[in-house]
Amino acid sequence: MTPVLTPILEALNDHQAALHAIQEILLANTVLFSEIPAPTFREKQRIRFLLDRFTEEGLENVSRDEVDNGIGILPGTEGKNNILIVAHVDTPFDAATDHTVSVSAETLQGPSIGDNTLGLAAIASLPTMLKQLDVKLKNNLILMGSSQSLGRGDLQGLRFFLDNNTRPIQAGVCVEGVHLGRLSYSALGMFRGNITCEIPDDYDWTRFGAQGAIDILAHVISSIQQIPLPRDPRTSILFGSISGGTGYNAPPSTARLCFEVRSEDAQTVNSIHQKITDITTRITEETEVNIHFDTLAQRAPGGIPYAHPLVKTTRQIMEALEIKARIAPSSGELAALISKEIPSVTVGLTTGIHINEHDETIQIKPIFKGITQLIALLQAIDQEGGNYA
Amino acid sequence: MHNIESWLENNTFHHSQWWNILALIEEKKRKNLKISLCIPTFNEEATIGKEVIIFRSELMERYPLLDEIAVIDSGSTDKTCEIARSFGADVYFSGDILPEEGHHKGKGENLWKSVYQLKGDIICYVDADIRNIHARFCYGLIAPLLYRDEIKYVKAFYDRPLAYSHGKRRSGGGRVTEILIRPLFSLFFPELTALIQPLSGEYAVRREVLESIPFPTGYGVETSHLLDVYNKWGLEALAQTDLDQRIHRNQPNHALGKMAFGILQTFLNRMKAYGLTPLPEITPFLRQFEAQEDHYHQILHEIQEEERPPMNELSAYQNRA
Repeated sequence: MTPVLTPILEALNDHQAALHAIQEILLANTVLFSEIPAPTFREKQRIRFLLDRFTEEGLENVSRDEVDNGIGILPGTEGKNNILIVAHVDTPFDAATDHTVSVSAETLQGPSIGDNTLGLAAIASLPTMLKQLDVKLKNNLILMGSSQSLGRGDLQGLRFFLDNNTRPIQAGVCVEGVHLGRLSYSALGMFRGNITCEIPDDYDWTRFGAQGAIDILAHVISSIQQIPLPRDPRTSILFGSISGGTGYNAPPSTARLCFEVRSEDAQTVNSIHQKITDITTRITEETEVNIHFDTLAQRAPGGIPYAHPLVKTTRQIMEALEIKARIAPSSGELAALISKEIPSVTVGLTTGIHINEHDETIQIKPIFKGITQLIALLQAIDQEGGNYA
Repeated sequence: MHNIESWLENNTFHHSQWWNILALIEEKKRKNLKISLCIPTFNEEATIGKEVIIFRSELMERYPLLDEIAVIDSGSTDKTCEIARSFGADVYFSGDILPEEGHHKGKGENLWKSVYQLKGDIICYVDADIRNIHARFCYGLIAPLLYRDEIKYVKAFYDRPLAYSHGKRRSGGGRVTEILIRPLFSLFFPELTALIQPLSGEYAVRREVLESIPFPTGYGVETSHLLDVYNKWGLEALAQTDLDQRIHRNQPNHALGKMAFGILQTFLNRMKAYGLTPLPEITPFLRQFEAQEDHYHQILHEIQEEERPPMNELSAYQNRA
């Protein structure tokens, strides 16, 4: 343990108790943010509320940029360096979804409450919580709600900020509402794709073997599943959603698959991409239907090593708080930071169930351990971040 | 009725007028007032936690407009009290307050006991079943009392449709209001029809009023308050604030029937107390309201319920072929 970390770890218990005493600040922000719909590309209203909170907290440079990121700066006592803390603002739920949150003694429940409203609310509440704990950072803390992160958003918000930001960033922390114990320090190579199968108007339904769009898409899926995936580097294909058809007995004319390919190796990602292209071309020729393969988002793998002081510090903080670290590569905000070679980690704040479903539910009690972890991590980066380069 | 039009103009507010909570806190300090929030409850575990969290965070921790948040409970059998307490509300069982006065079950009883238990010079009452709770449900009602000394009782109404094409829209209350209260007020207390939603469960009141009026223990408490404040201090003591949307559970018709029965009892008792029996002359005007942008106007409907005699009393009927 570094000498810098000792006093930080010693204060953990006191910090956790003090944060619990002002739980309403964080919980109310979580409820209020959560009830503002923020589908990707339509985050304006939620950002507006974030900026109001930043202004109320007296942050500097409170602003919305041209891609709707919300940013505020908590100036450090010395202000020589900058630490970025970021949570994505957008959610997979459209504006018509009932966003009402319900609160019980132990849980909060509502669409996106964990992913990632709690993360965003933590960032909005951080200045108050630091004040409550009398924690003063010597470096500037850039607090950011990043827009256009999910799906077709493809991290555009954070990428835009990093491409145009003029302040050098010493380290980054990505905050996710769930799950407590999450520790990501590397990003997977990844691409997201849609495969759309459309039966042409002049399709001959009377010919032998004529099939509806879902049958043909099932054939595509089955062929993708035949692609051999290496165990090392770790690689996976996730079928996220499928849609098509209108009933029971009418052959559908369109069907769509959304999926994601992940791998620790960029070459493997490219190879799978090529194989899926070949599959769709082959089945198009065999069936005479239109199959479109569209790539929406792509990321290169990378990250900092397990032995990096930032990772080591994060693990030590988790250990001191008896949080079981679950190391997993990220395909979220961390990827954008890694692509700019900024030492960064992603951490989670609490436990939850039914994530990304309408009844998404998070536990209240672990949140304060999660926030204590986050603040200790910021304190540690503030003290030792100069050694990260 | 001229008084209604001028009252609608001067005593009807929208919560957005009072967005500057820091200014409200300044005014509260300047007048050296204490403000209490009272949430009367009975089995409200689904919504009470959110209300307490929002009010504590926004109106105590962040902006100290409220001096206390109290839940006065009628004896919930679910987790209402436990949840409210866990998020920092002061929770009281209504029966433990003034035990020598006995205990009745009902919202009015809780409100009455709150006058004894709470410390505020102003008490703001908010029902516990609001799903889209927001700080405006409190500050929107308290603000007129801070700025206008002659106002003593501020009632909530909810009148912002999410979308409205253009022009005028019909404005009013729920089923019991439109079917029972508005016709009764139109007949006997026409000025009180200016209150868009006389039965709304949210209102802020000065202590001097609360300590000097009786409280029906059940459904009639809102009606009796309005009648008594109007009778004692006149229409000018009343005001109303539009709090936009209120999302809550809908009551089934049989529950509304019970409510209407309780309200009718209260209303008739008040008529007797004010010496209005036998009934005064009945006017034929029903007063309803419409809104045009931010302004409210009354619409007068003349409804003459003429009465026809039994057909067999008509000579034409008796002599018909």
